[in-house]
Amino acid sequence: MSLTNADVRKVASLARLGMTETEIESAREQLSGIFDLIAEMQAVDTNGITPMSHAQDVTQRLREDVVTEGDQRELFQSLAPQYKGSPQVEAGLYLVPQVIE
Amino acid sequence: MINSSLHQLGSALRAGKISSVELTQLYLDRIAELNPALNAYVTIKAETSLDQARRADTLLAGGKAQPLTGIPVAQKDIFCAKGWRTTCGSKMLENFIAPYDAHVITQFNNAGAVNLGKTNMDEFAMGSSNETSHFGTVKNPWDRNAVPGGSSGGAACAVAARLCAAATGTDTGGSIRQPAALCGISGIKPTYGTVSRYGMIAFASSLDQAGPMARSAEDLALLLNVMTGFDERDSTSLKRDKEDYARELNKPLAGLRIGLPREFFAEGLAQDVAGCVNAAIGEYKKLGATIVDISLPNSRLAVPVYYVLAPAEASSNLSRYDGVRYGYRAPEYGDLTEMYERSRAQGFGEEVKRRIMIGTYVLSHGYYDAYYLQAQKIRRLIAQDFDDAFRLCDVIMGPTSPSTAFNLGEKGDDPVQMYLSDIYTIAVNLAGLPGMSVPAGFGSNGRPVGLQIIGNYFAEAQMLNVAHQYQLATDHHDHTPQNIGL
Repeated sequence: MSLTNADVRKVASLARLGMTETEIESAREQLSGIFDLIAEMQAVDTNGITPMSHAQDVTQRLREDVVTEGDQRELFQSLAPQYKGSPQVEAGLYLVPQVIE
Repeated sequence: MINSSLHQLGSALRAGKISSVELTQLYLDRIAELNPALNAYVTIKAETSLDQARRADTLLAGGKAQPLTGIPVAQKDIFCAKGWRTTCGSKMLENFIAPYDAHVITQFNNAGAVNLGKTNMDEFAMGSSNETSHFGTVKNPWDRNAVPGGSSGGAACAVAARLCAAATGTDTGGSIRQPAALCGISGIKPTYGTVSRYGMIAFASSLDQAGPMARSAEDLALLLNVMTGFDERDSTSLKRDKEDYARELNKPLAGLRIGLPREFFAEGLAQDVAGCVNAAIGEYKKLGATIVDISLPNSRLAVPVYYVLAPAEASSNLSRYDGVRYGYRAPEYGDLTEMYERSRAQGFGEEVKRRIMIGTYVLSHGYYDAYYLQAQKIRRLIAQDFDDAFRLCDVIMGPTSPSTAFNLGEKGDDPVQMYLSDIYTIAVNLAGLPGMSVPAGFGSNGRPVGLQIIGNYFAEAQMLNVAHQYQLATDHHDHTPQNIGL
């Protein structure tokens, strides 16, 4: 299968992976090779086969709707690393670039 | 002491012949000496480990010891351990100190075992050579020009080089069995759902399964006894009665039916590996087993199916690394989207990005039916092949890996060649079956060969019996590499 650079650029954007044009070009070549491998499964007739999403035939367990995890905000915030460029915290909040004018 | 079994170590500890502090220090000294060259560990916290050993010694002195009390175990750096840096082999988590314990870690703590350190691994467990780790490649102790396998390469190296008494690993497509084979040790991936995934950093959630890596099947049974058990914090953890995985170790093998899938012995299998596996089969015949010719016709599709399903699940699981609350954040960015894109671009390595891209593509609008759904349907065909096979035999055997350990850098430029090195292990994960690898000799280049044993669902005790009887009859698992200071 041949992917275009535009395909790769779109996927990188959906995945929030910043890529340079050089990286997109090399990713296109490698991904095309991998999709050639994946293409082997397209020829298989799977009419009437139920998809298998899990190894065991079990359904999600339900549990009581009660709080099981206490408030650990301070612990979690203390773990935000404070080296240069690390996630920043202030007044119990996480700081990110402004998104609302 | 360094070559003793876990059972022997446990007896020595309980008899007071050695203390847990002495044993832990013995391993810490070996790590200090050998790890700079082998790079099996990424984090050592000697004081923390020795504190744990001191507590174990108190338990031992008070007669409250369990089989693994005081035994130093290396933990794969995919398991969150409270207060320990937990990196998953990634720059993304280079400075992440886990705020809680994974279920596996809790189980070992409750058993009185000592956490000896965190082992190197392929980044986010994506790799078959340990070369994708942000913390450098691990060397194969049998030949330092060779890869140890992956993703649990640090664990396999640590066990083989006697840098721990035993280790943990995880296996999504072969990540316990393949490095075990390439490093000449034993490892088992139990039935999916047997060991809780709580606190085990997620790669592909419907395939990920933790298991032990050690020197022998007998050791694996003791470790599995500790690692398994229902945990309500993992929604796929199975509620089953606690079992003793060592209960069948001494059963004779007369009448055992071994299925040999003809697809596992076809083109692509190296001659020297085939030779060792066939010799192992010969040994089993001597032990009274009979051989059944079986077929797993859809197993040839396991690699393509896996490279749709695993990246799809990974792309979803790894979307949490956005640079906001923990992990890596790029030093410079403009708006929020650029913060995400740069943090992820700089924090993830090439292979991880490749798999996120594959997964994002196959899940994107218009492609879901052709890729994800088709892969899930073939996944069922692959599982049905095993169902059919287990009507004819008790266990399935074959090679773990198509060749012995390849050279460092040998497959670096070609992801597809790397993916094909897991050709015999992946189908087992897709079906959710238990699989293990045990040492079966050495290839023409002197590097170890692994025999893969696949069992039916929940047949771990039987598989360990099958492996143990082989290890009683052979000594492949007792060999040690040279130049490891023994």
